[in-house]
Amino acid sequence: MKSIESFNDLDDMTRTAVVDLLYRLGDDALVMGHRDSEWTGLAPILEEDIAFSSMAQDEIGHAHVYYQMLHELGEPDPDTIAFGRKPKEWKCAALVCVPNNRDWAFCIMRKFLFDSAELVRLAALTNNSLVPLAQLARKLKGEKNFHLMHDRLWVTRLGQAVKASQDRMQRALDQAYPLAMGLFESTGTDEVLAQKNICPREADLMKEWESAIIPVLTEAGLQIDANAQPVLGGRTGKHPEALGELLNSMQLVYNIDPSAKW
Amino acid sequence: MVIDTKSSSDGLSSMEDEQRLAEFEARINRGEKIEPRDWMPEGYRKQLIRLIHIHANSEICGALPEGKWIPHAPTFKRKLALCAKVQDEVGHAQLLYRAAETLGPSREQMVEDLINGKSKFSNVFHYPSETWADVAIIAWLIDAAAIINQTMMAEGSYGPYARALKRICYEEAFHMKHGYEMCVVLARGTKKQFDMLQDALNRWWNPIMMFHGPADKVSTHTNLLVRWKIKLKTNDEQRQQFLRQFVPKMFDLGLKIPDENLRYEEKTNTWHYTEPDWDEFKRVVCGGGPLSNERIATRRMAHEDGLWVREALAACAANRPVPMPPAN
Repeated sequence: MKSIESFNDLDDMTRTAVVDLLYRLGDDALVMGHRDSEWTGLAPILEEDIAFSSMAQDEIGHAHVYYQMLHELGEPDPDTIAFGRKPKEWKCAALVCVPNNRDWAFCIMRKFLFDSAELVRLAALTNNSLVPLAQLARKLKGEKNFHLMHDRLWVTRLGQAVKASQDRMQRALDQAYPLAMGLFESTGTDEVLAQKNICPREADLMKEWESAIIPVLTEAGLQIDANAQPVLGGRTGKHPEALGELLNSMQLVYNIDPSAKW
Repeated sequence: MVIDTKSSSDGLSSMEDEQRLAEFEARINRGEKIEPRDWMPEGYRKQLIRLIHIHANSEICGALPEGKWIPHAPTFKRKLALCAKVQDEVGHAQLLYRAAETLGPSREQMVEDLINGKSKFSNVFHYPSETWADVAIIAWLIDAAAIINQTMMAEGSYGPYARALKRICYEEAFHMKHGYEMCVVLARGTKKQFDMLQDALNRWWNPIMMFHGPADKVSTHTNLLVRWKIKLKTNDEQRQQFLRQFVPKMFDLGLKIPDENLRYEEKTNTWHYTEPDWDEFKRVVCGGGPLSNERIATRRMAHEDGLWVREALAACAANRPVPMPPAN
């Protein structure tokens, strides 16, 4: 299929689909980064405090570049996108919205499932027909790889260590897995993106994700609930209350005076 | 572990060899670094453990008032910078606990002491960070005061601490620039923003003036620390250096300093100021500050929440090393 060299070469329908995809990617990344950053000063060991902070900065940075791309497509500037939108305008999955609740088992499991999903998607995007997005995916994939190495190490280590840690990780998986399935919620743009060879169908990405995570979870002695049902709605603006609370917190200072320079 | 700082005034026991002490002090006077396996007087070891431990505690407790504002940072630039800055502070704690470990106590012991209120942390982190402007003042002026202290300590006689401090100061210099830039933006912003900044300075001025420790005439540790080149400047000398460097910059931003006795004497290149309330300082660093209990409770909560992870890690280490999984 022919490459699309620039955003100017997109027809209206594809353009709308790409905007939707970038909002999904950017919103997931920013909310995930926000949650990761909430561990600053509170992680179980200093080394993980530092690691979570690094990954938070990567996620927030990724959100910024996705939003920058949206800005090039005619959307508002990245700060306005991040700090000026109401919850229903967000397209993140419920997985990233869940508060940390001081539950490190859930958070490390969430990161593993999230980063695995992101990596599957980014790997697909590196060869997509939209050249600027393919270039970006190649850059971000490298960082994601480091995140996943970190997460896999912890999931296997905590899964294998002692009964108590394995039980915690199994509970974390039971909680996080249906939410993570929601990362692959199909939107109306699925078919257009697949036909234009920009992004594979969500159902196909999900199959790939499952084959990537199952060996790691098995090695860790953990099992996926075969009857798990995906938690949907995030991609169409239906979010848990936790997102509203997160945004109130994130937009607190910005809202003192949105027109001021901070 | 309880750190005993009540040893005899010169820190020496009768068992210690006077000849070795003379050699030790001669090495220090020649500007040599003392390394972990070298002989050192017990008093030197204890003073260093006390100082490095307080410094490390201050880094992790200092992550709390600033870390609290990472979720509220109002732009991408600020969110990324503040997250990176607080991450650096936690990294400093890691480096410093490591440096202190070369003298005996383990990190686990030192963290236990902190959460049991048996060891101290810097006075400034016992106060609340109430607004976004507090983050700017902390990053600019507290990091500036810390740089004055730490660049001096980085020339000190104990090798591992001096080397850790050189790395730390390099990062603190970035933090100070980040804080100053935030202050400039607020000072030149809307009236509301300027008022936030002035209000933050009003609340932080006294804690900052106490940051370098009690006045020389009442400081109990300074003489010994100077003699062994653990510290190369007195508390008052550091305070003067801070005032000379930063008062003019505060004036440039249009800020009013909340001390009506503050004046500069050109002849002696000295700032005169209202002597801080050293009773308040002692009360605060001993756990009687506005947020002392909350800071320690937060550290205790994090420590206890993470216990299962550390136990699992210990079990892993005892069983077999888990290799790093291959990259995709």
